[in-house]
Amino acid sequence: MQDMDKVFKALADANRRRLLDLLYATNGQTLGELCEHLDMTRQAVTQHLALLEAANLVAVVWRGREKLHFLNPVPLQDVYDRWIEKFERGRLTALRELKRNLEGQDDDEQE
Amino acid sequence: MNKSSFVYVIYIRTTLEKVWDALLKPEFTRTYWFGVTQQSDWTPGAAWKMVLPDGTISDTGEILEIEKPKHLVIRWRNEFRPELKVEGYSTCRMELEQVDGTVRLTIRHEIDKPAAKLIDAVSGGWPKVLSSLKSMLETGAPLPDISGHGKPR
Repeated sequence: MQDMDKVFKALADANRRRLLDLLYATNGQTLGELCEHLDMTRQAVTQHLALLEAANLVAVVWRGREKLHFLNPVPLQDVYDRWIEKFERGRLTALRELKRNLEGQDDDEQE
Repeated sequence: MNKSSFVYVIYIRTTLEKVWDALLKPEFTRTYWFGVTQQSDWTPGAAWKMVLPDGTISDTGEILEIEKPKHLVIRWRNEFRPELKVEGYSTCRMELEQVDGTVRLTIRHEIDKPAAKLIDAVSGGWPKVLSSLKSMLETGAPLPDISGHGKPR
């Protein structure tokens, strides 16, 4: 579970979470664009981005000489699947049942 | 940016060929992609479409580039949601690379439009699909379907 360790470690820092928020707001930003919104040195932002990239929370694409950073939510999905979704499943099933019952009732009314 | 795009990356402990087959073949996609299948001859220029479990054609387009088992580019337009269809064609690239004992799968979807609804719509679905694909290839079992798409109505 080294992968999961990296994700939690990467998320355990307010500045790195802020970087993810910035990418959520505008995906595909350069280092320079990200630095404009942050009260940190360029070197510090680079290091935070490297950690996020190692945790696969940020994916990088080169456009010419520009390095663009994209928020990669896939590891968060893994966290969700393992730690959140299974506790919600009962409620979702209940909602689906409710929907089925209510829609079934509608059909009856139309008849 | 005058484009909308997303880039998703997942690492799966398996082989390039297995990921490739899982992305294309209906018997696999039906399992982890919550009932979805694709139809195509999988050659450059061939028509491509995606079909939901109830038979609805959700997306159509063509194969722009294909190089088994590393590289696939699809010209992709939504068909069943008018507000997405009017946005026209997008490009979906899938890249597979062997990285040590794992496959790095990159999905990159973009359209030449700012704040495109299509990108918004497809970006929401991919993490779940990729996570389920990883689960199927690594453990043999896909994730349980909570999307609601896979259930018969």
